[in-house]
Amino acid sequence: MNPELTSSSSCSSSDRRISVLARHLVGVEMDSQNDSISAFPTSGSDSNSVFSHVVRGPEDPILGVTVAYNKDPSPVKLNLGVGAYRTEEGKPLVLNVVRKAEQLLVNDRSRVKEYLPITGLADFNKLSAKLMFGANSPAIQENRVTTVQCLSGTGSLRVGAEFLAKHYHQRTIYIPQPTWGNHPKVFTLAGLSVKTYRYYDPATRGLNFQGLLDDFGSAPSGAIVLLHACAHNPTGVDPTVKQWEQIRQLVRSKGLMPFFDSAYQGFASGSLDADAQPVRMFVADGGELLLAQSYAKNMGLYGERIGALSIVCKTADVASRVESQLKLVIRPMYSNPPIHGASIVAAILKDRDLYNEWTIELKAMADRIISMRHKLFEALRARGTPGDWSHIIKQIGMFTFTGLNPKQVAFMTKEYHIYMTSDGRISMAGLSSKTVPHLADAIHAAVTRVV
Amino acid sequence: MACRRFVNQQVQIRSGARFMSSWWQSVEPAPKDPILGVTEAFLADPSPEKVNVGVGAYRDDNGKPVVLECVREAERRIAGNLNMEYLPMGGSVKMVEETLKLAYGENSEFIKDKRIAAVQALSGTGACRLFADFQKRFRPDSQIFIPVPTWSNHHNIWRDAQVPQRTYHYYHPESKGLDFAALMDDIKNAPNGSFFLLHACAHNPTGVDPSEEQWREISHQFKAKGHFAFFDMAYQGFASGDPNRDAKSIRIFLQDGHHIGISQSYAKNMGLYGQRVGCLSVLCEDEKQAVAVKSQLQQIARPMYSNPPVHGALIVSTILGDPELKKLWLQEVKVMADRIIGMRTMLRENLEKLGSPLSWKHITDQHTAYCKQIGMFCYSGMTPEQVDRLTKEFHIYMTRNGRISMAGVTTGNVGYLANAINEVTKPA
Repeated sequence: MNPELTSSSSCSSSDRRISVLARHLVGVEMDSQNDSISAFPTSGSDSNSVFSHVVRGPEDPILGVTVAYNKDPSPVKLNLGVGAYRTEEGKPLVLNVVRKAEQLLVNDRSRVKEYLPITGLADFNKLSAKLMFGANSPAIQENRVTTVQCLSGTGSLRVGAEFLAKHYHQRTIYIPQPTWGNHPKVFTLAGLSVKTYRYYDPATRGLNFQGLLDDFGSAPSGAIVLLHACAHNPTGVDPTVKQWEQIRQLVRSKGLMPFFDSAYQGFASGSLDADAQPVRMFVADGGELLLAQSYAKNMGLYGERIGALSIVCKTADVASRVESQLKLVIRPMYSNPPIHGASIVAAILKDRDLYNEWTIELKAMADRIISMRHKLFEALRARGTPGDWSHIIKQIGMFTFTGLNPKQVAFMTKEYHIYMTSDGRISMAGLSSKTVPHLADAIHAAVTRVV
Repeated sequence: MACRRFVNQQVQIRSGARFMSSWWQSVEPAPKDPILGVTEAFLADPSPEKVNVGVGAYRDDNGKPVVLECVREAERRIAGNLNMEYLPMGGSVKMVEETLKLAYGENSEFIKDKRIAAVQALSGTGACRLFADFQKRFRPDSQIFIPVPTWSNHHNIWRDAQVPQRTYHYYHPESKGLDFAALMDDIKNAPNGSFFLLHACAHNPTGVDPSEEQWREISHQFKAKGHFAFFDMAYQGFASGDPNRDAKSIRIFLQDGHHIGISQSYAKNMGLYGQRVGCLSVLCEDEKQAVAVKSQLQQIARPMYSNPPVHGALIVSTILGDPELKKLWLQEVKVMADRIIGMRTMLRENLEKLGSPLSWKHITDQHTAYCKQIGMFCYSGMTPEQVDRLTKEFHIYMTRNGRISMAGVTTGNVGYLANAINEVTKPA
C-alpha cells in the first residue's frame, strides 16, 4: 500500500476498509458531521433513489399512436397516425436514389467518420439553401444566408427557437391553430412563450383568412410568427398565392419575424419549386426570416434525422455573426450533427442525374397520395356517407383533417382498428387502394353512429 | 383538388417592410469553441510541418483518421438492407441493450431486473444534456459539482440546462496528478445529496484517474453523504485497452449500492464520431421506476430532436450483436489504446533525451505510484503562453490549457513535438 495515500486521513486505506466492514456488522453511525444515519447496504436493499418521485409521462400523442397500433393483433388494423410514407403495399419506402447514394458512400473507402463541424456538412448546407431559396436567390449570392445542419425539422425548430430566445427582442411566438402537436413544446422548452393565431375554419374546413389577418394585425410589433411553408400539418389547408402575398405585406408592415417550417417541400404539389414559392416571396422583399427544413418525408430519410435551419439576414456580416451564435446553441446540445443523412442528401442534390431521379420519385409519392385522396372521396360518395367530404380532395399534402371528433376517432379505433390522432388527422400516405374501402366503412360508421 | 398557379415574381416588392436595419444588428460574434476551434485553425494553416494534437479524435501512425474494419463490415451489411423509419423516441432498443452490458456488466443483475432507464442519445454530449435537463426538471433545487478541470463543454451543457454549477478539486498541478485530499474534502463538505459529475476513466483533459483504492474511498464517502454519481464515460476500452477494466469505477459504485447515471459514447472507442451515437442510463429502484424515468427522458428528447439518428445505432447493434464482429471490435480497440500508450512512452523518452529539466513522468502510467495519466489526453502542464508559442513558432495545435491529444502523435512527429515542447518550456 502506498504510504502517500495516507496523507488524506489519519488511518491507512486498509484500516478504513476494515472499519467499514466492521460497521456493516455493527451498524454504527459513520460520521459525526452527518446528521442522517445512512443505511449501509451489504446486499440487496438500497437506499432511496433521488428520482423516486418521478411519475410516468404521458404517451406522445402522435408517436403513441404507432405504439398502440403495434400492440393490436387485428389483421385489418390500419396505421394512419404518423406522417411516414407507405407504398401501395403498405410498406415503408427507401427511394432508389437514396439507395444509390448510400452505395456510393459505402463503396468509397476514403470516406471517414470524423466529427462534422458544429454547423454540419458545408455542402449539404449550401445545397439545402439553394433548394428552398432558389439557386439564383440574391440572398444567397450576397452571402446573407446562414444555414446550419440540424436534426431534421424538430432539431431545426429547436435550435432556431433557442437562438431567438437568446438574441431576439421579442419572446412570443404565434403558432397556427391547429398545428403539429410537437410545436408548442419545442418553443416553450426553448424559452419562448407560445400564443396562437386563427387558422383552420371547421365550418368551411378551409382557411380562416380573416381571422388570421386580424390576429396578425393585433400581435405586438416584432412578434415571431410560425408559418407552415406548404402542406399545413395537420389540416392540409394552405393559403392561396394571393393570400400569401397579403400575409407577407402584413407581416412586413408590422415587423413580425417569420419562422417557416418546411417539412413537405415537393410533397404538396409534386414540384419542389412550386412548393417553395411562399418562402421565396418573403426572401424576395429583402426582409429577414428563419426557415426549418426537413428531408424526413421528401427524401424518405426519417430516421437519419436530417434537416437544416436557415436564417436570412440583412447583411453578410450579420449572417456571419448569427452563425457563430448558432454554434453556441448547438454545442451544449449535441456538439455536432450526424453525418450519414447529410452525406446522402448532399450526394443527391449535387448530382444532376440523381437530383432528377429524386424529383421523379418524389412526384410519384405525391401523386400516389393525391390518388388516395380521390379514391377515399369516391368511396365515401359511393356509400352515401352524410356530409361534405370535398375537403379530402381540396386539402394538400400528406394529411387530411377529416373533421371527425375524438369520440368518433376512438370508435374507429375500437371497432375498426383504425389508428389516427384524436384530432381527426389521417395520414393519406398510410392508405392503399386495398385499405381505402375499410377506412371508408369506418368513417361511414363513425359519422352515422357516433355524434 | 386546388389548382395552384404561381406567378414568377421578378420584381422585388417592397411594401411596408422595415429596411433600415437587421433585427440581429446587436448580435455579437461568438468566441470560437476552445476545442473545435483548434481544428479550424489547424486546417487553415498552410505549413507542411503542422501537427494537430487538439481535438480528441484517433489517428493512426500516419496521422490518418481510422474507420474500424468491424465498422466497415457492419456498414456493408446495413446498406440497402433496412428501411430508414423513425426510431422510437428512446432510440434503438437493441443498441441500448448491448450498450448497457458494456457499462453495467455482461450479466448485470440490474439489466436482468430491468431497473435501468436507458435511452439512445446524441453521443456523449447528447447524453449529458438529456441528463442535465432531466435533473433540472425533477431535482430543480439541485446543483452539479464539476471537477477542475473538465471537458469545457460540460460547463456549457449544465449552464444551458440551467442547473447551477459548483466545482470540486481534482487536478494537482504540482504533481500533475490527482489532488485526492482536496477532492475528498470537497465531497465531505458538499451538502448531503449533491450531484457529482465523475469521469469514469481517462479523465479529459488531464488523463489523471483515481486508482481503484481511491475510487472505493470516493464511493464510500458518497454513500455517507448520499451523493448522486453521474458518470461520463467517453473512453471505455480506450484507456487500458480492456473495456471491463475501464468500467471499474462504475462497477465499484454499483457494488456499493449507488443509484447512478451514466453517459456513454461510441465516438472514440468505435470511431463513430460523426454518427453521434451514445446512451444515457439511470439506475432506478425497480422496473416500475425505470419505466417512469425512461418515459420522462423521452419527453425531453421529443422537443429537442424527436428521435435519435438510426445509422450509427445500427452499426453499433450490428457489431455488438454478432460475436465475431464484437471480437474484432475488441481487438481493434486494443490496437488503438496500445498505440496511444506507445506514443506516451515515446514522447516521454524523447523529452527526457533532450535533457528537458522538467519532469515528464506523468505522461506515462508506468512509473508513477498513485497518479497516472491515461487515455487519449496528456495534461502537459504548459501555460497558455507556451501553447501560443508552440502554435506560432512550430505550427503545433492544441487547446490552450496545455492538453495534448496523444492520438495525434505519431512516430513521424513525436520527435518534432518533443523538440518544440522542450523549446518553449526550457528556462530562458
